[in-house]
Amino acid sequence: MMAGDDSHMAALPTAGAGLEQALMTRDAVPSISVNGLCKAFGTGQARTVALEQVSLTVHPGELVLLMGPSGSGKTTLLSIMGCILRPDSGQVAIHGEVVTGLSEPELCRVRLSKLGFVFQNYNLFPTLRAVENVMVALDLKGVSMSQARERAAEVMDTVGLGDKLMSLPEDLSGGQKQRLAIARALAGDPEIILADEPTAALDSVNGRLVIGLLRDLARQRGRCVVVVTHDNRIFEFADRIVRIEDGRINISEMNS
Amino acid sequence: MTLIIAIRNLLHDKVRLVVTLTGVVFAVVLIAVQSGLFVGFTSATSTVIDHTDADIWICARGMRNFDVTSPLPLEAYYQALTTPGVLEVRRLVVQFANWKKPDGGTESVEVVGFELPSGMGKPWNVVAGSVDYLSLTDTVIIDEVYKGKLGVENLGDSVEIFGHRARVVGFTHGIRSFTTAPYIFCALPIAQTICNLRESKFTYVLVKTSPGVSVETVKRSLLEHVNGVDVFSRAEFSHKTQEYWMFTTGAGLALLIAAALGLVVGVVVVAQTLYATTMDHLGEFGTLRAMGASNGYIHRIIVIQALVSALAGYTLGISISFVIVQFSEKGGASILLPPWLAIGLFAVTLGMCVGASLISINKVTRLDPVMVFKGR
Repeated sequence: MMAGDDSHMAALPTAGAGLEQALMTRDAVPSISVNGLCKAFGTGQARTVALEQVSLTVHPGELVLLMGPSGSGKTTLLSIMGCILRPDSGQVAIHGEVVTGLSEPELCRVRLSKLGFVFQNYNLFPTLRAVENVMVALDLKGVSMSQARERAAEVMDTVGLGDKLMSLPEDLSGGQKQRLAIARALAGDPEIILADEPTAALDSVNGRLVIGLLRDLARQRGRCVVVVTHDNRIFEFADRIVRIEDGRINISEMNS
Repeated sequence: MTLIIAIRNLLHDKVRLVVTLTGVVFAVVLIAVQSGLFVGFTSATSTVIDHTDADIWICARGMRNFDVTSPLPLEAYYQALTTPGVLEVRRLVVQFANWKKPDGGTESVEVVGFELPSGMGKPWNVVAGSVDYLSLTDTVIIDEVYKGKLGVENLGDSVEIFGHRARVVGFTHGIRSFTTAPYIFCALPIAQTICNLRESKFTYVLVKTSPGVSVETVKRSLLEHVNGVDVFSRAEFSHKTQEYWMFTTGAGLALLIAAALGLVVGVVVVAQTLYATTMDHLGEFGTLRAMGASNGYIHRIIVIQALVSALAGYTLGISISFVIVQFSEKGGASILLPPWLAIGLFAVTLGMCVGASLISINKVTRLDPVMVFKGR
């Protein structure tokens, strides 16, 4: 089956112009650029090297899978790209802005304005309604409650959860939870989506739905999407597959 | 949105919310009752002074409080009377005595004898009978709260004080004595008779100053004109008496320590439960940090949780406290909860809960957002 056949997200507004523009600027300003990253944890005998001289560039409109065995450093790389973890050395640039030396409040600003996250375990707020989970992302950006509610409802409709606005996360299926998490990541309209094992807890149908959504974000809306995964079922959706082993990038290949 | 998150977090675990509120309520009631007792007792120690329309009090040198003092010589009265700036001078007797109850038991009472014409030192809040009846021979007025204690049932009942017969001709409401010896109001000559004082002896000289003359000026003049006495303004005398009973004796300190213990208990209970709530939602706070939430945003959620707990706990606690105050009016103990104390207690409760949230704030401030990628 072709990746495109699973495009459940017909509701996603096609942003051809966005993609076109993204492709036009592809060579000029990458979404994420990391260069010579090194990161180790622990000290002395317990010191473990997680990343060693890792360099990678991801462009707008591209869906990149980061793959590798457990402990290979892919989540560490994702954390550093997401401005959540600081590298020991090397440089990270988000849309051309070098963020490596920024203070914690400045990194918060970068995360808030440019990045959206999707987590393996969804990380939804269990006490909030589905729509409120999405509204939180907008509230962080200072959007008023009424506008946030309206925008959250729109985004939830986009991911096929228009009828689940008032549901609690516990009342949603795994696939619905992950789509809600994607809606939350999308609400603030970030340029970059970073996803950690987004399909790991899902069956094949829901897994394809979720990765299809992420693929459409890249293709139709020109977003840069980086996905850490072990899931072989989603290879076909990727533009590029980057394989990491022992903290180094072994292979970076375009997906045919 | 922070308000919604905070309230939902609190309501998420209802048992924990009940524990939190119980802690706040317990602290509020304990602090309110102990502080109310402190205010009530403090007020009771000087209640006669505060309700007597005298600008200046003259007493025996070395006097330490209103209730225990030595008699003054008659010269003090006349010397005061001839002091410049003095408008009116009256004598007052305050002396402990033994009250014999109809069933044969005895109670210690504090006789307050005043000069009837002036009314300086007369009882207030008279709810039955009249102060005017004190002009009749051998008559007294007591507070209704001490009826049972003194074995009095009705107006006109006969009583015996230091072997002298007297009749009860009035009841007051809310005149409590700190010393536990009820005040017995009567005319000066009766008080002198009951207390075996010669007609020339009394314990206080009460002074009213002439219009336009400052109390301080008259006080200085009295100190120059009257031999062997101490002279106080009403406020000074009131304060001196309050300070003696509440702090020199340690009674007030014990109440304040109990109130402080209430505060400590409240802080500990609220801190523990808020911290447990924070730990329950740590993953969500980590997610917020990863999403770009500032420390301020997350702190706001925790502080709102604390404030909501404070508000709910205070509302319950102060309501219970007011019920206790109502009950206390029927007993000997005087618990006062004036508006300023209730408002102050609200501020203390807010401070207590926000203070208790600092541990949680410290925890989330140190939160590493990378936890969101490590699974939960």
